[in-house]
Parts: sequence; C-alpha cells; structure tokens
Amino acid sequence: MKHLARLRNIDWGRATVLGVPYLWLILFLLIPFLIIFKISVSEMQLSRVPFKDIVTYSDGALNLSLKLGNYVFITQDPLYILTFISSLKFAFLTTFFCLLIGYPFALCMARAKPEYRATLMMLVILPFWTSFLLRIYAWKGILTSNGILNNALMSLGVISEPLQIINTPFSLTLGMVYAYLPFMIFPLYNNLVKQDHRLIEAAMDLGATPWTAFWKVTFPLSMAGALAGSLLVFIPAVGEFVIPELLGGPDSLMIGRVLWDEMFSNNDWPMASSVAVVLILIVIVPFVIFNHHQEKRGASGLA
Amino acid sequence: MKRNHWFSGGVLGLGYLFLYLPIITLVIFSFNASEMVTIWGGFSFKWYGELLKDEEILHATGLSLKIAFFTATASAILGTLAAFVLVRYKKFFGRPLFNGMITAPLVMPEIIIGLSLLLFMVSLQKTIGWPERGAMTIWVGHTLVGMAYATVSIRARLQELNRSLEEAAMNLGCRPGSVFFFITLPLITQSIVSAWLLTFTVSLDDVILSAFLSGPGSTTLPLVVFSRARLGLNPEVNAIATVIIVLVSIGVIAASIYMSRKEKRLQREMAEAYRDASTIKK
Repeated sequence: MKHLARLRNIDWGRATVLGVPYLWLILFLLIPFLIIFKISVSEMQLSRVPFKDIVTYSDGALNLSLKLGNYVFITQDPLYILTFISSLKFAFLTTFFCLLIGYPFALCMARAKPEYRATLMMLVILPFWTSFLLRIYAWKGILTSNGILNNALMSLGVISEPLQIINTPFSLTLGMVYAYLPFMIFPLYNNLVKQDHRLIEAAMDLGATPWTAFWKVTFPLSMAGALAGSLLVFIPAVGEFVIPELLGGPDSLMIGRVLWDEMFSNNDWPMASSVAVVLILIVIVPFVIFNHHQEKRGASGLA
Repeated sequence: MKRNHWFSGGVLGLGYLFLYLPIITLVIFSFNASEMVTIWGGFSFKWYGELLKDEEILHATGLSLKIAFFTATASAILGTLAAFVLVRYKKFFGRPLFNGMITAPLVMPEIIIGLSLLLFMVSLQKTIGWPERGAMTIWVGHTLVGMAYATVSIRARLQELNRSLEEAAMNLGCRPGSVFFFITLPLITQSIVSAWLLTFTVSLDDVILSAFLSGPGSTTLPLVVFSRARLGLNPEVNAIATVIIVLVSIGVIAASIYMSRKEKRLQREMAEAYRDASTIKK
C-alpha cells in the first residue's frame, strides 16, 4: 500500500515530459558515443560486422581484449599527425576570416534602422536555409578551371590562361568561410543589437572619437558573442568532410576525410573509431566552454 | 554621419553579394543550353526536362521528402518537450548532461554523430537482429540533429513568454495538462512551426548522416547530388538545385510573413486582454 501511495505521488505529467526526450538522447546520443570508444579498441575482422567483441567467453573464462594498436599508430604515424595539424590550421583560418568578415557585417546590421533589421536578418537566414550542399557545389562551378570566375577573368583580359583556384588551400578556406559565416553572424548580431546605445553616446559626450568608443565600449561588450560565434564555427570546422571533398585538393588533409576513407574505403571500422575518438578529444574542451556559455546565457546566443 | 552611412551600406552590400553570388550563378546556369555547365550556350529548359526523366533523382527526391516530413514532425514534438524541460524544470537529475546532449548535435562534427549512430545500429542489429539500415535509421539520425535545432528555437520563445496567463488559468483551477494545451501551446505555436520548417530543410540537405545510415535502396537526394558533384559538374544538379532553392525561398518568406502577422495580432489581443483586466480591477 505504501508503494502504491508513493506511485500516486509521482507527477506523471512531469515524468513523461522529462523522460521522453531524456531517454531518446541517452539511447541515440550517449550510448552510441560510448560505443565509439569500445569499437576503437576492438580487433578488425573481415565480415558483415567488421569488428570483434572486446569481451569474449571461452572455456569458462571471460576474456577482455583491448587493442590499443590504432592509437599507437595514430600518434606515431607522421601522416596522421600532419592531418590533425592541418585540420586545426584550416579550422583556425576559417574562424579567423569568419570573425573578420562577420563582425563588421553584424555591426552594420545591428546599427541599421530598426525597421530594416528584420529584413536584413531574413536575408542572412535565407541562404542558410537553402541547401548547404548545393551552395558548396555552386562554388565548384565558380572556381573550377573552366569555371565562371576564370572565364570572366579571361574575357576581361586580366589573365591569358585559367588559374588553378579549385582544389587549393584557398578554395577550401573560401568554401568553409562561406558555409560557416552565418553561424558567426547570428550570435554576434544578437549580442550587438542588445547593447545599450546610450553607453556609446556617453563615451562620445566624454570626448571619445567613434573609433575609440568602438574599441573601448562596443568591442569589449561583444566578446561573449564573438566567443560563441567562434566556437560555433571552429568545432564543426575541425571535422568538416563535405567541403574538403568538393573544394579541397588531395593535398588538403582533413580529419573528416581520413575518417571517411578508413570507414568506407578501407572498411577499417576500429581505425575510423580511433580517429573519431581523437577528434572528440580535440573538440571536447571548446565544446564544454560553449555548452557552459549557452547554459549561462539561456541559449540566446544561438537562437 | 553621411560617410558612415555609405560605409555600412558598402559592408552590407559586399556581405550579401558574397552570400548570394553562388546561389545566383547556380540558378542562371540551370537555364544553360550547353553541355558545358559553366559556358553559356543560350537559354533553355532542357535540363529540367532531363530531370523529369531521371529515375534516380525522382526516386531519391521522394524518399528525401518523406524522411524530411517525419523528421520535422518528430523533431518538433521532441524539441517542444526538451525546451519545456530546460525552461520550466530548473532542477532535475543530470540537468548538465541533458543540456550537453541537446547542444552536442548542433556543434559536434556531424561525422562523429554519423559514425556513432552507425556503430550503435550495427551493434544493435548484431544483438537483437534489428534494425536493418534504411530510411528508418536515417530518420533516427536526422531527428537527433533536428531535435536539437527545434529545442533551441522553441526554448528561446518559451523563455520570453509572459507567464501571467498560465498563472491566471492555474488560479482558476485549470489542470497543468490543460494549461499546457490551451494556454502555452497556442502561445508558442509560431516557434514550433518555424522549428518544423527548419528541421525539414536540415533533413532535406543532410549528406553525412544519410551516408552513414543508409542501406541498399535508401539513397536520398543529397547522396545522389553529392556523388555526382564529386565526379564533376552536372547540369541536372543545377536544375534540381534551382527547384529546391525556389521552393524553400517561397516557403520561408511566406511562413515569415504569415507568422509576423499572426504575432502582431496575438500581441494586440494580449494587450487588449491585459487592458480589460486592469479596468475590471479598478
């Protein structure tokens, strides 16, 4: 009877509202995440399921076999090390240029007349909603050797033969900056548009030039937005796969591509998992900072 | 002040040019008669005709639309629940974990999410013989990411919601469930609709999760586009791109006009209700 009473005391509505998304996330996000770690220390085998169990039972003994060879290989093979460094380099470059382009853009949007702001925002959201894949494909048409840019430059007489633009570090960076720019603009705009304009006026009344007022007032206040935007660009950029595959040459090494090749070309799932684990270790610190920041600011940086 | 105006116009103009240039070229060259995708050979609807004869693209489009529909619906429901949890239930077991799990699909490289779900599905299949990789597993992956997007958009709306209407209903003896369905839900409908639309387009566009989670016979449209784009430029891709861009743009613009009107009406009605309430009090 006592148990029944306790059962009746549970707020079933609350339990359902909380339980359904919680269970969904644990089942399809947390458990799969842990499985990556498990597979990364499994032995590879040639079959429909290309990895062996790490715990086996034979002759009355439970055997646990952890294969750490993949990690040893990753940390010693120069190509892997170069790939990780190169991915970090492209992610930093992307973040830097997104900030360089996105900041003045977001500032001008935030300083525009209030009645225009919604439309200006709409114009940033619209390409963000239309397919990312197709927009990257479009850059391929622009940058390729007989592409739109080369044709235009040749007909203007600027160059006499096509420039090699596609499949270079430049085209890769351009594509990444293009794809991730809105992720920088949203949090920066949200931050800048909420700033109290009277602070600037006060600084100007006290004799600051617009330039000084910007660097002493607006810029320090916008650091939170810049940080959120930078993390929102940097974290996915480290593991980017589609853009290097379509716009980067074979020499633009990226972790995402290596992982993909291990998975789909070599069918070496344990190796792909080990690469994924290293990728997780690289992005986990920025992710924790971002998550903390979101929780504190109540997700306003993103929405 | 005048110079400032020109400067900011220039920055915005260049920025929008950068954002829209690829889209514009994609649309223009879809009407190109030439086999060479980037060399203009006259105006033609040729590639749209080819598109209608292309079984692979038509089949993939149908599948993608189906998956996107179910993804958007499931994401909107799960996102509403998760947003409600994050805004209203201040304390519960594992709140930081819950919050982290909502944010993870938004920022984590998609390739990690794809790999982890594939390994999970294969392990599950090995143990209990279910599920086969196909449309269902793609739907799970898309909904995982879609739910995160939906939660962020609905959460922002819930946070700024004035709770006095809910409290009034509660004081008048309304049960919590009814308060949610009759008061809260109508107030956040707008954000749920935009979450639905956003997750629909996210699902329609996804390459990586679909590549990991698809099985034989479940090739989605982005997978077809991606495999053709890897080989080179393809005029049919330009044509399908234009169709998608036009449809999404019309959808987004229509939805935003409709919702901003609805929002204005809602605010006017709320203002009137509050004014009436305050006159009664006097």
